[in-house]
Amino acid sequence: MGMGTRAIARLGAGIATAALGAFVAAPTWAQELVGQPTPGAIGLQPAASPLKHQVHDFHQYVLLPMCIGISVLVLALLLWICVRYNKRANPTPAKWAHNTVIEVIWTVVPILILMVIALFSFRLLFAYENMPEPDVRVKVTGNQWNWAYEYPDHKVPEYISNMLPEDKAGKQLYRLAADQPMVVPVGATVELLITAADVIHAVAVPAFGVKIDAIPGKTNHTWFKAEKVGTYYGQCSELCGVDHAFMPIQVNVVTQEEFEAWVASKGGSMPGTEVAAPVAAPAPAAPAADAAAAAPTPAQTEAAAAPAAAAPAAQ
Amino acid sequence: MASASATDNHMPGFFTRWFFSTNHKDIGVLYLIFAIFTGLVGGALSGLIRWELAEPGIQLFREGGIVQQLGIVEASKHGFNVTVTAHALIMVFFVVMPATMGGFANYFTPIMIGAPDMAFPRLNNISFWMLVAAFIMLSMSLFVDGGPGRGFGGGWTAYPPLSTMGHTGPSFDMAIFALHIAGISSILGSINFITTIFNMRAPGMTLHRMPLFAWGVLITAFLLLLSLPVLAGAITMLLTDRNFGTSFFDPAGGGDPVMYQHLFWFFGHPEVYIMILPGFGMISHIVSTFSKKPIFGYLAMAYAMVAIGFIGFIVWAHHMYTVGMSIELRTYFVAATMIIAVPTGVKIFSWIATMWGGSLTFKTPMLWAIGFIFLFTVGGVTGVVLSNAGMDYSLHDTYYVVAHFHYVLSLGAVFSIFAGFYYWFEKMFGVKYNEFLGQLHFWVMFVGVNVIFFPQHFLGLQGMPRRYIDYPEAYTLWNQVSSYGYLITIVGVGIFLIMLLEAAIRRRPGEANPWGEGATTLEWTLSSPPPHHQFNELPVVKADDHH
Repeated sequence: MGMGTRAIARLGAGIATAALGAFVAAPTWAQELVGQPTPGAIGLQPAASPLKHQVHDFHQYVLLPMCIGISVLVLALLLWICVRYNKRANPTPAKWAHNTVIEVIWTVVPILILMVIALFSFRLLFAYENMPEPDVRVKVTGNQWNWAYEYPDHKVPEYISNMLPEDKAGKQLYRLAADQPMVVPVGATVELLITAADVIHAVAVPAFGVKIDAIPGKTNHTWFKAEKVGTYYGQCSELCGVDHAFMPIQVNVVTQEEFEAWVASKGGSMPGTEVAAPVAAPAPAAPAADAAAAAPTPAQTEAAAAPAAAAPAAQ
Repeated sequence: MASASATDNHMPGFFTRWFFSTNHKDIGVLYLIFAIFTGLVGGALSGLIRWELAEPGIQLFREGGIVQQLGIVEASKHGFNVTVTAHALIMVFFVVMPATMGGFANYFTPIMIGAPDMAFPRLNNISFWMLVAAFIMLSMSLFVDGGPGRGFGGGWTAYPPLSTMGHTGPSFDMAIFALHIAGISSILGSINFITTIFNMRAPGMTLHRMPLFAWGVLITAFLLLLSLPVLAGAITMLLTDRNFGTSFFDPAGGGDPVMYQHLFWFFGHPEVYIMILPGFGMISHIVSTFSKKPIFGYLAMAYAMVAIGFIGFIVWAHHMYTVGMSIELRTYFVAATMIIAVPTGVKIFSWIATMWGGSLTFKTPMLWAIGFIFLFTVGGVTGVVLSNAGMDYSLHDTYYVVAHFHYVLSLGAVFSIFAGFYYWFEKMFGVKYNEFLGQLHFWVMFVGVNVIFFPQHFLGLQGMPRRYIDYPEAYTLWNQVSSYGYLITIVGVGIFLIMLLEAAIRRRPGEANPWGEGATTLEWTLSSPPPHHQFNELPVVKADDHH
């Protein structure tokens, strides 16, 4: 049995290394879109925040090798058994049914593997938990079936973000693009304060590694720090009824100046610059219900369109 | 059925035998027939899902679409949610559980432990017919008003407030009653199994000599007995929230929607082990039989199942990493969840060690068993990926999760059911199945389900959320591949039905033990099918002729 085991181990290791190489190399073979899914892609969306980079590393260098290694090991053992111990190759079966050493090994080794995984896992979990002092806070409310955004510190009143219809969004971004996106400055720590008005929804932006439930009567929070200017898309991720698939989240990441201009255009002001008369725009406080009809302002549609066009057209 | 054994055993007439049945074998067969029927229904529903998702846009679930012509579910976006919900409820409560705990466990637990029948034969009868009633109730719920439209579309998890204020019609009340009835059915069944196994083992059949399938059934029965009352309580609270103005889960009245999720998953996580533990037992017997070698590490195998059952109760909130739990809770649930991989690994490696050094024959049941071991491993490692809360934020509620739980259930539990079905086919029905059709069934299904579910990992990693009727253009490719996989799987199911038909027509008489020296458990000492009342004289089990 000693010979067999060693051969198997060598074979398994060989296959595992090859497969691993292919998978680690995988993300480079195609031009992957940032902030949105890429047609035919097989891995995680490219990272656009420090947390998501950590998620990528964890998945790429710890979890995926574990998955492939164990699956390939089991497959290789099964194949070897089928070849070596079929009725023709081994007409008389052995009768043993115990081997304490091997049992201890296959109990202890998985425990050690899991401890290694847990080490990285907890590090990532705590990274999510340790939010730096936020620069921008956005209050997000899930409605059936749209999102409402409000910037309490910037006095930007709540506005409704609906899915952009197909003729405006274009084929590729339909079901991802929104008429009035969430707008945040690049490089800033953005804290999302999330709740829901009716049923449970969930905010998700894959490129930032963000996903958290919007629950009525409860305020959840999460955060991200966008690394690059651009447009990032996500979708509601908790079954919320009829139009669950049609309430996307669009985040426009802009420069600080553009952000300030946007805040002003929304009738808000930067915190600390209270001079910019907050009374100027008393109108748009009208909340949820009838806002479905709200037309996007020209400034908005432009802001949405520009970075989207900048993304490489890889289809 | 040999007529001699019929008269010898006081076999009742057709109607009494099949409708008032108190015989564990007949009830087992009834459960299996029921599970095949509901399996076809649940499979057809998944066909609607895969067909709809074959390309972006809404094709089936719209005015004038195919679904409208069929008329069973509503042709609307709500109708899609109803389909997804019904698919899950049917597969979990009316296919996998009836097949494993109803069919195989009823038929073989008493025989394997050397008992003449179950401890409470009439209780056994009512367990089965309540399940039929529950299924009728659930089916009827599809045709009454749910609120947003016909039927209940809040997912099998039925999270409030979507299941309370989001679905105001009577449909969900009917679904709740269906689950109540199915739950009572399972609890009565569990009481029966526990009593039978504890009190009716043949002389010499100690717990530590008991076949692993009986171990799996015993542990599963405990899981059912402890977890189902919690589900019953949770859905009863939903019922009163909906109809009697209570606010257990309504924040406006001091309730908490997240509390429902805790209660649901306290049931829901053990439930997934309920679906797989009897399968673990079956796979052990099959692997040992076709390797002509005793099961490796019998005691470790039995206690690994005990450990899985126990740990299964203390990991429920890993389904809830995104609800906003404290960091302490999340850390605990990450650690606890990972630990389950250890006893599961023990089982996988012990099966491999059972085969190692054996003399393998690749009959149909063995093919399903080997397929099970590999695919369950794949589903297991993606489970370890999902157990990491930090990773889960990118994968929660995406198709990665769908792929994961279909690998352990649709390719795990279902493969174990088919393995058991072919393993005991001759024993149960007294006729031989066609080996070629059985093997063809395996290969076609193996390819089909992998083509369905493997690409769903890619969709999930790219971020495609689950329970979506429509998706962005970029997800088209792998959805298409997945839907093609469904077509292959239909062919597999067709071969299965042809196999049944062929065996029924040809009626090649079965042998008592078609598998030879490797098949050592007590059912192989009886004729095929076993006499209507077996073990008029109890068998005596000695130290080393068992499991």
